[in-house]
Amino acid sequence: MNWTLALPEIVLSVIGLAILVFGVLRKQDSTLACTMFTIGGFLIAGLLVLTRTYGYGFHGQFVKDAFSSFNQILILSGAALATILALDWNKSEGIARFEFPVLMLFSTVGMMIMASAGSLMTLYLGLELQSLALYVLAGFARDNLRSSEAALKYFVLSGLASGLLLYGISLIYGFSGTMDLAALHDLLVQPLSASPGLVVGIVFVLVGLAFKVSAVPFHMWTPDVYEGAPTPVTVFFATAPKVAAMSLLLRVMGTSFASLVGAWQVLVIIVSIASMVLGAFAAIGQTNIKRLMAYSSIGHMGYALIGLSVGNAAGVRGTLLYMVIYVFMTAGTFGCILAMRRKGRAVEQISDLAGLGSNDPALALALAVFMFSLAGIPLMSGFFAKLYIFLAAVQGGLWTLAIIGVLTSVVGAFYYIRIIKVMYFDAPAERFDPRPLPLTFVVAGTGLFTTFFFLFPAPVVSAAQAAAGVLFR
Amino acid sequence: MMAVGLGHFLAVSAILLVLGIFGIFLNRKNVIVILMSIELILLAVNINFVAFSAALNDMAGQIMAMLVLTVAAAEAAIGLAIVVIYFRNRGSIQVEDVNLMKG
Repeated sequence: MNWTLALPEIVLSVIGLAILVFGVLRKQDSTLACTMFTIGGFLIAGLLVLTRTYGYGFHGQFVKDAFSSFNQILILSGAALATILALDWNKSEGIARFEFPVLMLFSTVGMMIMASAGSLMTLYLGLELQSLALYVLAGFARDNLRSSEAALKYFVLSGLASGLLLYGISLIYGFSGTMDLAALHDLLVQPLSASPGLVVGIVFVLVGLAFKVSAVPFHMWTPDVYEGAPTPVTVFFATAPKVAAMSLLLRVMGTSFASLVGAWQVLVIIVSIASMVLGAFAAIGQTNIKRLMAYSSIGHMGYALIGLSVGNAAGVRGTLLYMVIYVFMTAGTFGCILAMRRKGRAVEQISDLAGLGSNDPALALALAVFMFSLAGIPLMSGFFAKLYIFLAAVQGGLWTLAIIGVLTSVVGAFYYIRIIKVMYFDAPAERFDPRPLPLTFVVAGTGLFTTFFFLFPAPVVSAAQAAAGVLFR
Repeated sequence: MMAVGLGHFLAVSAILLVLGIFGIFLNRKNVIVILMSIELILLAVNINFVAFSAALNDMAGQIMAMLVLTVAAAEAAIGLAIVVIYFRNRGSIQVEDVNLMKG
């Protein structure tokens, strides 16, 4: 059985149940305490992941290796950042209920299971545990029409995507006789032994997972859900679930179907190009900053998918690095967006940022750093993310992808730099309310990471290298 | 009499899947119909799993079918809850009214 391998997930689930009981039984408001316990739970789970006990558990259903640890640490950090940012915002919006951190926690457990799925069955259960909690989180501001509309849209489209993914799993199971990822890999060493039914199944699985990473043409939910959901939930949506879905995509394509690269590579390339182009052009006309960030994340997923379409360990390393840098710069950007409040009300138009450069120079500097990084300006971490991914693409012979990537990031730089222009050169608007302290810490921390990544890239790069070495063997 | 084989089950399940997908995209009336369509997709998948499981003589497919049933129940509960909060805020669950955010 080897159940101790699943210790981080088990401990985190038990902590989640304990927090739930604590929150229900306690008479007075326990949001703060539950949030602290949740962050503590993330820390404990992170430490348990770092013990690096590797191997196969539950008869191959569960796999722990460098790849799963890498992604789990990233998922836990993204979730912890979102939980910290949520605390003050929820309080001022009047939706501070203790269920919020608990739902975040259970969704994170689902994502950790996704990252360490060893069979299609575990993959599906992890995905659903994550999604079920996310549906509720999207509609957490339950008296707000936009939030409930976002929840409804996300539920319907995500339910459809899960259904298609599941149909794909059933076809793969039926035409190969197993749901185990490692067994599938052994079975498909001879690519010619793949039946057409199996390939159709792979396409369905690809569609389901492309929806979860919000890649074009399965992106239509992203802008609406990002805009409608409460902003801390949007932070969460933009970070941890993306990492989990990307790790699933890499794991499934990089182990089981690695030998069928010829069958799925062209699909991933098309999806990647479409995401980069749409992310660059559709964001130009946006006035709402959350919506802009939605298109930005679609574009970034397109860049990250370049690594997968290269189809070797160097490409996977590029994707993993991209996800690390993406999570921290996105969390920081949303930290700045959460600071956009006037007279106790959240504002989210880009024009509301006018004059931030003189009203709050520190916040404006941080947002400028994140915008430069998202645009991929050199010396910011976003530049290195793109560098590693384009390098892998060029070495893999995918020149077209690299060239389109460079061109779309030039287009993307236009709207990122427009925000900087609004902050520093437009006529000042009213000041924002004072920033809460935890938000300042998160923005400062992620800002320092983004700015000074170039000084110490080695630990992250070597960890990503080790993680990528597990796939495409 | 013709024996019912794996192919028949797969055909039924494929038809149900297509019905479910069209039910989501062509339906212009009611959100509840969309919930039913999602349920239909999951049941189509279950037919697939059970049929394959019987054909392959392997239990994993039937276990998966059980898990899918459980998840489908949880998903329906959350879906209905979301429809309820949406109705409370909007006063309607017509599909054409779900249009606050666009672009």
